[in-house]
Amino acid sequence: MSGHSTYQPTSGFGKWMDARLPMARLMHDSFVSYPVPRNLNAFYTFGGILMLMLVSQIITGVVIAMHYTSDASTAFESVQLLRRDVSYGGLMQNWHAVGASFFFIAVYLHIARGMYYGSYKAPREVLWILGVIIYLLMMATAFMGYVLPWGQMSYWGAQVITNFFSAIPLVGDTVREYLLGGYSVGNATLNRFFSLHYLLPFMIAGIAILHVWALHVTGQTNPTGVEVKSKQDVIPFTPYATIKDAMALVIFFAVMAYFVFFLPDYLGHADNYIEANPLVTPAHIVPEWYFLPFYAVLRAIDFNIVIPFTDIVLIDSKLGGVLAMFGAIAILFFLPWLDTSDVRSGNYRPLFRIAFAIFVINAIFLGYLGSRPAEGIWVPLMKASTLVYFAYFIPILPLLGWIEKPLPRPASIMDAVMEKSQDEGAAHIEGSAAEPNTKG
Amino acid sequence: MAETSNIDGHGHDGENRRDFLYLATGAAGAVAVGGIIWPLVSQLAPNAREEAAGAPVQLNVSAVEPGMVITVVWRGGPYFVRHLTDEELELAADAPEDIFRDFAPLAARTGGPGVQPVDETATADENGAGATGGKIGRWAVMSANCTHLGCVPTEVDTGLDGWVCPCHGSKFDITGRVTKGPAPTNLPLPPFNFASEDILVIGADA
Repeated sequence: MSGHSTYQPTSGFGKWMDARLPMARLMHDSFVSYPVPRNLNAFYTFGGILMLMLVSQIITGVVIAMHYTSDASTAFESVQLLRRDVSYGGLMQNWHAVGASFFFIAVYLHIARGMYYGSYKAPREVLWILGVIIYLLMMATAFMGYVLPWGQMSYWGAQVITNFFSAIPLVGDTVREYLLGGYSVGNATLNRFFSLHYLLPFMIAGIAILHVWALHVTGQTNPTGVEVKSKQDVIPFTPYATIKDAMALVIFFAVMAYFVFFLPDYLGHADNYIEANPLVTPAHIVPEWYFLPFYAVLRAIDFNIVIPFTDIVLIDSKLGGVLAMFGAIAILFFLPWLDTSDVRSGNYRPLFRIAFAIFVINAIFLGYLGSRPAEGIWVPLMKASTLVYFAYFIPILPLLGWIEKPLPRPASIMDAVMEKSQDEGAAHIEGSAAEPNTKG
Repeated sequence: MAETSNIDGHGHDGENRRDFLYLATGAAGAVAVGGIIWPLVSQLAPNAREEAAGAPVQLNVSAVEPGMVITVVWRGGPYFVRHLTDEELELAADAPEDIFRDFAPLAARTGGPGVQPVDETATADENGAGATGGKIGRWAVMSANCTHLGCVPTEVDTGLDGWVCPCHGSKFDITGRVTKGPAPTNLPLPPFNFASEDILVIGADA
């Protein structure tokens, strides 16, 4: 994408270093002279925000780990001590806990942007898959981190989630025992979760580097979905994208800071201020908000799947729920091949825009359902909403590629920008100006 | 050609010394990798102290009157011990089989001393959920972790209903048989026996 390097070391040390370890050259080529499409909008800033969120979580995490004990008898106490008695401990703990939520806010907006502008389409499938892997690692990290304060929600969340594995036929219970290091969630579990919670963010950082590498091989998408064709279409990363990202970052962190300072527990659960008790289940076990849609999918499957006209149970309700929940995430891996349309950007796909809007609204509704108890009207609603979730991927996306008639696309990014700046309502020129359908 | 290559050991068809060395090296490498992975996986299992803490526990249940439920801890997990009343036994015996998702006869769900077959009801009603081939005990001892995802069900105690799980809404009768919700199976029974009239042992069969 970037072609030849334009880096010119000026100082003597710079030249000396450039001949030995061209780190500055790599940074210059990747984040200064690196060309980005000139029409990127605000939704393209979340990649940078996510990078900073990862750094922020690692820094606050390393700091609060200095005050934490991963022993079941003292873990809860150590977190309370951190919050009350350590200088700025409460700030650090809030920043870390609220940061986890905002990390997910950013990642969901980042994923939604990718889904709308077709960022997963050829040649960016590997880029997309790396992103889904990061998302999976984030979920594992967040789950294990939530267990560490050893409150009631920590304990029972761990109980519920590790029980997923006992749904595996034949070896499920053994797998769960190996996961927990005991017959139930306990000290051994807490210790290994702390160890892994410390490890996984660095694995995320590693995959994130691959993610950025893959991005810099193919280049960014942009709101038109038309690939970069000439130098006119791009601007250098610094100062243009850097300033834009910095602006978004300031706004994002300002909102987050408001939560950290004034609403630190708004996104949490009061039950987690009660120490873990294996004998008492909270009246209403709810995961953190960012898992709620998947929690609703899990609970939507409350029936056994049997071979028709017999009583032979093929998949019992428990395994069915777990499969549906993991399926809801796993299906993202196949998104590049499920979407059969040649047109990348949702801006030029009238039917897709409707389907995508329904998908987003439904995903939010699914999250709301995840916070409701599994009884009464909520159960059929969970089933309906789960069905709509999966329907977006199969069959709607594959079918849309065939039946939809896309709008004409601009010939190039520059054309789109010029057209927009000259006349907001200018008519599109059909045919000649449209990008030829090239399915990659 | 084939004969000569076999003689000098450097032919292209058939095995020679180098192929053997590749295979031997590969096999030794695989054994070494396996030998490293084995302890790394094995350390994940419950450790010896954890296992020792899983030994059977004894408790005196003489103070548990009929109709009472206590929760005891074994292997770090809670277990319900319910002393059933005559009325409860009758209800459980009379319940139709088809309300249970994972039907088990009452005799298989109960145990303990002071066993009294519940007069006629246990055997008379052919469709009754208590239809037995064995003896019906006065005690129901079961795991207190829902078979769905492990939450502790809450006691409801109205007629046949014994427990409802607050997490995902599974319902169980007084002997822990699932009637509603996502739980696929009944609450599991731990191995248990009565060492004497009053001493309940959880963790070992008679």
